[in-house]
Amino acid sequence: MSEFFHMGGYALYVWLSYGLALVILVVNIIIPMQRRKKHIAMIKRRLRRTPAEK
Amino acid sequence: MWSFFHRLASPKHFYQFAGRLIPWLGWSTLVLFIIGIYLGLFVAPTDYQQGESYRIIYIHVPAAWMSMFVYMVMAISGGIGLIWKMKMADVVASSAAPLGAAFTILALVTGSLWGKPMWGTWWIWDARLTSELILLFLYLGFIALQSAIEDRRTAANACAVLALVGVVNIPIIHYSVEWWNTLHQGATVTRFDKPAMATSMLIPLLTMFLAFKLYFGLTLLMRARVEILERERDTTWMKEMITESGK
Amino acid sequence: MRFLPKHPKRRKRLALIALMITGIGSAVALATIALKENINLFYGPTQILEGEAPKNHAFRIGGMVEVGSVKRNKDSLEIYFEVTDTVNKVPVSYTGILPDLFREGQGIVAQGKLREDGVFVADTVLAKHDENYMPPEAAQAINDAQKIQSTLTGN
Repeated sequence: MSEFFHMGGYALYVWLSYGLALVILVVNIIIPMQRRKKHIAMIKRRLRRTPAEK
Repeated sequence: MWSFFHRLASPKHFYQFAGRLIPWLGWSTLVLFIIGIYLGLFVAPTDYQQGESYRIIYIHVPAAWMSMFVYMVMAISGGIGLIWKMKMADVVASSAAPLGAAFTILALVTGSLWGKPMWGTWWIWDARLTSELILLFLYLGFIALQSAIEDRRTAANACAVLALVGVVNIPIIHYSVEWWNTLHQGATVTRFDKPAMATSMLIPLLTMFLAFKLYFGLTLLMRARVEILERERDTTWMKEMITESGK
Repeated sequence: MRFLPKHPKRRKRLALIALMITGIGSAVALATIALKENINLFYGPTQILEGEAPKNHAFRIGGMVEVGSVKRNKDSLEIYFEVTDTVNKVPVSYTGILPDLFREGQGIVAQGKLREDGVFVADTVLAKHDENYMPPEAAQAINDAQKIQSTLTGN
């Protein structure tokens, strides 16, 4: 197992690459999720302030 | 079939269709990533020349391919928006830009991390690396231009023109390793004869490529939905939908 | 300057766009000039012997490390080898740390100057690898097959 993490001496380069990929891929999922929540909350707030004109 | 596409051009239908598609895309992306990384790190054999360091290829090459593919998606939908004044085309183009920039950064940094141990340098101004860096500037220019112009219509048109002009860079990136002497090696997979890679190494690469593609589809839809929320927040359908979802 | 927008907000926006276009334009122009001047990363041994390479300033040489040409100085990091394009050869001397991939028969790119005696004095040596990826056993098998082939054809 430790041999696997050692990556034949290239551990730093290989794991940094995979780590960076993980960070970038996860961040690009989280950003739109949070922005979506924010926008929906904002629209709801505005709806409450001006109740549906009937 | 045509009516399906016509309906997708309306923000409301796009929003709802994307909402149904996202969970499926999400789970299949996750599964493909797990398979691809498992095959790439545990199953694929050591390389005869580069030892274990070549495993960076499973991140680097899909990211680099996607950086070009996303650019084409961005430029084509920008062009469609420019010609047919289609709202959804602009939404897709502006949602693709930050994703393309992310893939380009990932390709550049992993390339650097691979270049240091193998070539002996983090960076060199050879034609392949330079043209990929210009691609990053094109993405950043697109994003900056969009945020600088307040009027949505004008911004979309200006950005589409920038994106279309920048398309010239894509074949330059691809053929740079053939047209000029570069430190970067030639193409491995997209050769006309068979790929210069053992099958046991190629399968994880293609799996990762598919995973990256689905991931792009997933995040593009997610971003497009947020963009629609923002643009259509004053429309009746949006208000109704949010009231109906309750709470 | 009557054609400029009067509204300060619009003025600011116009300035920003102009700034950005100049920025992107100059970045692209700079990159193109840089590439044009040095779009080929290196010169091959034949080009150098024909006098195409610059005489007075540093340039890069590219080619394969001739098999059997590598000589190391026992007391220092100095190394001497020949770079070949299979037609011509240029001797190279270098002192320093080599990349992991440096070996005989490997493609390399070295930066430095050509000394008057025709020896290329390098200050950096970079390894260039090919686009083939395979497990060591497969590489060994191909190697063996080529050896058999060459004994059969008598080359």
